[in-house]
Amino acid sequence: MQLIECPWCGPREEVEFSYGGQAHVPYPDTPGELTDEEWARYVFFRDNTRGRFAERWHHSAGCRRWFNAIRDTATYRFERVYRLDEPRPVTP
Amino acid sequence: MAELLRTHPLMAWSRAFERLPEPVGITVEPFVATADVRLASVGAAASEALGVDLPTVPNTWVPTGTGRAVWLGPDEWLLSSTTETPEQLEARIRAAVLPLGGSATDVSAQRIGLRLTGARVRDVLAKGCSIDLHPRVFARGSSAQTSLGQAGVVLMALSDAGDDYVVLVRSSFAGYLADWLLDAALEFTTTHDS
Ligand SMILES: [Zn+2]
Repeated sequence: MQLIECPWCGPREEVEFSYGGQAHVPYPDTPGELTDEEWARYVFFRDNTRGRFAERWHHSAGCRRWFNAIRDTATYRFERVYRLDEPRPVTP
Repeated sequence: MAELLRTHPLMAWSRAFERLPEPVGITVEPFVATADVRLASVGAAASEALGVDLPTVPNTWVPTGTGRAVWLGPDEWLLSSTTETPEQLEARIRAAVLPLGGSATDVSAQRIGLRLTGARVRDVLAKGCSIDLHPRVFARGSSAQTSLGQAGVVLMALSDAGDDYVVLVRSSFAGYLADWLLDAALEFTTTHDS
């Protein structure tokens, strides 16, 4: 069991968090003009990165806030956590 | 029409709590009015309107004179009062934060409080809580929303000695958590009847 650092509450046990998928997926600028295929791409299609991946996480058993994290999908190591109003950190 | 009587969800556990030894004391906190407050930014105006400086440091709580103010999130607090009815508390808090763009919701029926005291109570909590409760890091004024025996709780430290805590638990989970606490306290109880 690893600790995940909530940007607000600090390090907490992994089971307090729930996963929210890929981060920084922008809502369509012109939703009224999207075709079914473009909607499907927005709703269902996500990157499947091996390595560092920007993800949304939710501190569901704690402060119930969403935040973002850079996690390595191969090692499961959390490299960075950041609030939703903070820019995506530049990782080497 | 049948009369509706308000009963405490842990009424059936009071005898079991009374039988606990001194190092693990569990008592049921009296019913308190509680309101959930959302407010984007706190400052002098909010403090003046509410009569309390809402804690802005995560994982902390402060006494408010007649109750407590617990940090729940960067824009959310739990305010309790032992002297007001739920309606009075909600109306007062709402009137204070509404002009500041905030909101207040009565959540008095959501949770009940358990007071945990004694020299071994930290050992009992440690069986189902991953938070470091050592008074060096979780002294009086500390709070945490976390899991205790897999039930969601708000935990507050009332002393600097690590022997006095309040656990707020959802009413529907109270019976489960009471059973869990009694089981966790079992090794600190004596076998002979007094
Ligand atoms: Zn948190």
